[in-house]
Amino acid sequence: MSTSPALWLAGTAVGLALISALLSLLTGKATRLLRIVVMPLFAAAGLVALAAGLTAMLSGGVSTAELPMGLPWLHWHVRLDALSGFFFCVVGVVSFAVGIYASGYIRGFEGGRDSLPALGGFGGLFLAAMLTVLLADDAFMFMVAWEVMSLSSYFLVAFHHEHAANRSAAFLYLLMAHVGGLAILLSYGILATFGHGFGFEAMRGAELSFGWASAAFVLAFIGFGMKAGLVPLHAWLPLAHPVAPSHISALMSGVMLKVAVYGFIRVLFDLIGQFHWQWGIVVLTVGSISALMGVLYALMQHDLKRLLAYHSVENLGIIFMGLGLSILFLSEGHQIIGAVAFIAALYHSMNHALFKSLLFMGAGAILHSANERDMEKMGGLLRRMPWTGLFFLVGCISISALPPFNGFVSEWLTFQSALQVWQLDSGVLRSVVPIAAAALALTGALAAACFVKVYGIAFLGRARSRAVRRARPAPLTMQVGQGILAALCLLLGVLPTTFIALINIVPQQVLGHGLAQATAHGWLWLTPVSEQTASYGAPLIAVLLIVALVIGLWLMGRGVLRVRRCDAWDCGFAPPNAGMQYTASGFAQPIRRVFGMLFHIEEGVESLPDGRRRHFLRVKDRAWELFYLPIARLIEQSARRVALLQSGNVRIYLGWSFATLLFLLWVVT
Amino acid sequence: MTILLVVLQMLLYVLLAPLLVGWIRKVKAVLQNRRGASLLQPYRDLYKLFGKEARMAHTASPLFRAAPYIVFTATWLAAAAVPLFVTQLATAGIADIIAIAGLLALARFFLALAGMDVGTAFGGMGASREMLVSALAEPAMLLAIFALVMTVHSTNLATLVDYQLTASVLRPSYLFALSALVLVAIAETGRIPVDNPSTHLELTMIHEAMILEYSGRHLALMEWAAQLKLLLYGALLVNVFFPWGIARQGDPGALASGLFFVMLKLAALGVLLAVSETVLAKMRLFRAPAFLNLALLLGLLGMLSTVVLEVGL
Repeated sequence: MSTSPALWLAGTAVGLALISALLSLLTGKATRLLRIVVMPLFAAAGLVALAAGLTAMLSGGVSTAELPMGLPWLHWHVRLDALSGFFFCVVGVVSFAVGIYASGYIRGFEGGRDSLPALGGFGGLFLAAMLTVLLADDAFMFMVAWEVMSLSSYFLVAFHHEHAANRSAAFLYLLMAHVGGLAILLSYGILATFGHGFGFEAMRGAELSFGWASAAFVLAFIGFGMKAGLVPLHAWLPLAHPVAPSHISALMSGVMLKVAVYGFIRVLFDLIGQFHWQWGIVVLTVGSISALMGVLYALMQHDLKRLLAYHSVENLGIIFMGLGLSILFLSEGHQIIGAVAFIAALYHSMNHALFKSLLFMGAGAILHSANERDMEKMGGLLRRMPWTGLFFLVGCISISALPPFNGFVSEWLTFQSALQVWQLDSGVLRSVVPIAAAALALTGALAAACFVKVYGIAFLGRARSRAVRRARPAPLTMQVGQGILAALCLLLGVLPTTFIALINIVPQQVLGHGLAQATAHGWLWLTPVSEQTASYGAPLIAVLLIVALVIGLWLMGRGVLRVRRCDAWDCGFAPPNAGMQYTASGFAQPIRRVFGMLFHIEEGVESLPDGRRRHFLRVKDRAWELFYLPIARLIEQSARRVALLQSGNVRIYLGWSFATLLFLLWVVT
Repeated sequence: MTILLVVLQMLLYVLLAPLLVGWIRKVKAVLQNRRGASLLQPYRDLYKLFGKEARMAHTASPLFRAAPYIVFTATWLAAAAVPLFVTQLATAGIADIIAIAGLLALARFFLALAGMDVGTAFGGMGASREMLVSALAEPAMLLAIFALVMTVHSTNLATLVDYQLTASVLRPSYLFALSALVLVAIAETGRIPVDNPSTHLELTMIHEAMILEYSGRHLALMEWAAQLKLLLYGALLVNVFFPWGIARQGDPGALASGLFFVMLKLAALGVLLAVSETVLAKMRLFRAPAFLNLALLLGLLGMLSTVVLEVGL
């Protein structure tokens, strides 16, 4: 067994995560141990995973090993290449911050009825399983780790199981995870049949016809897309992610969805290894629809965590748009543009992991301090929780794709690859891609609108409820966890060229083609295609903005820029109070009206039992009536048909068994 | 030399921005049979506001105080990358047109947040409407850009303008892109018929509602940023679609004529804007989506006509 340092570190990370899980189960009633031992171990596992990923990417090599586990004839194979290394970094950096954050956050559960050892135990197992998925080099090990990942996260979603809604959300999650897992298994089945082996090495060598390759692609897309929450398979995500404890929500939205992206990239770009424009169109279309529907539904939410969960649908859509563009360009032989789009997707995976975890941590901090998830009851939190407010603002700017933060860089790269569509020969493709890019522009602008709503309603203005008015700052560890991610959001936004130079090894290994020209003009300039085509000098923009801010702060400190406080403008009537502010629903009303046909809106006046009347507004996901309910009805109907066989007479059952046996014998002969 | 040009252009942007607004107001006044204020009135207004004491509501957070500086700086940075009178611009590489749109979006983000900060109904109303209008304008703008990029193969504005100077064919796609960008520019800069910059009628305000709580130097910076944005969009339109006369080298003669020509073109644009604002009335807010959908459609037509008609060109 060859042990490279990267693989050794990776094994240590998995081991640390498992140890943190085991220790957590042993703590029993001494929940303090969880805070001072288990969560630091979790953070350490994250840090080691980050180190493993960085080592793997910097060394540029591929390290493999065989573990003496698994089936007798099929030992587990592990492999750490640049692609796995990159996703190790994604998982590692977020887990590190989450580990630090959680040691403050779980304090809120102490003394409650919730079982903390289970939280720490399944949390550690969840992290270990995600890392193992990234390491797996055969379908068997991949599926085992994948299922452990799904199951451990199921228990985390069901953590607050005393509410019926949480239980049903967790069940839906479990169901969808298994349907998705089945699709992935079938996809591997096709590859294994043609590659004559369950190892990924054998699958790479499989000679697939277009039909079979498409079947494997479709199955993998359904399976991984379900985990990634692509529309219309997303309905479980906004239900399941918010009900888990906030640091777990951060892990699920920030990291687990990226593991699904990893799986898709591994199967399509690495194992199947062929590209067809039809697949590119499918991925691009589904990605665009997910991005747009995700952000539109997010705008309609006023539960902060559910809103963030819908934004995960949006961002995963953007990632898959990048992958779709990459497939499209690669299928037409444009290697460089394909690599640009591929890098854009990877970059956005990292960015989304950072800012979405940051935002979920912020939501968790509000939950911790004010016990509130409903935005309509928040307000003025910036003054109550200044650091959380500042870091949350960084997350909002990043996710809205505004310079100089990281979200902008990856969306800019996606736009740049889409703008290269003139190189394609087909006129149809040349007109489809810009429409997708326009959808991306609309998505970005709507995301900005959504986060103006979130920040403006929750952190600015005045408190709309007592608990929020008395919110206290979050504990130090929670602020540190957020601060790390916020700093990284800025760093990846300001130094995109350096980061791309680091992850360039991934397309080099996977596609056999890197992006040499992106970094050719030094760290100041990002020039994905060429200097003449487009360039972006992120450090300069950031420096100028920061200089302006520093001068302003300096002048303020010198007392030059004094202000006098007064009452707000009241039009000469009563002084404005908290109830007169815009509400979250009110803010989104124009957009709800303009895009009304895409929502299932129930609005009206209902009578309460005590004779009063109340206005109500419910915005529901159309995916339910268009997609889920028909399938559920179909299954119920066919179940009723099958039930006809069930007469309760044992002789008839024996007859059926006999007939089946005969039929099978006939098939075999 | 190149640094000097950049500084010169950035200074010209901030210095000329109030003049353009003064010019538009003057032309409008003449069209309405009034004498109107002097061309220099916007400068006087800014001077007056800078001299006044800045007041803030008790409920305002630090963000309210920082926002005017961020809005102004981001808009100014965006302007630095739009060629005004010379194409050889060292800063053109910092931000291509998508990054310029991003910087303007950053400014808008903070403007909207500042509107919601004090916790009055007007600020929230303005922010909500502004975000709706911008959300609909953004895809239209991108499609128009696509129509240009399909032929120029670059999103750097300096390259784009240079290409236009040498182009010999009049492309139908450019007409569509121009119309789309004009509509987008009207919406983004808050002019009639989408928003009325001179209204203070509560129910129709968009931009004014967001800055209602500002006073003194804060208000001056917000107003100046809005004027800068108008000049930026003006320069973008005239230089990309009518680049004649713009300087291509840094020698003083060329620069002077470049400046003269761009002022001439901007003055003509100002007259057009004043005329259209005189003959049009402001629309209801919920008519604005139709207006911007038209822009989107024009952009789409422009993009499709490059694909369909101009394959061989």
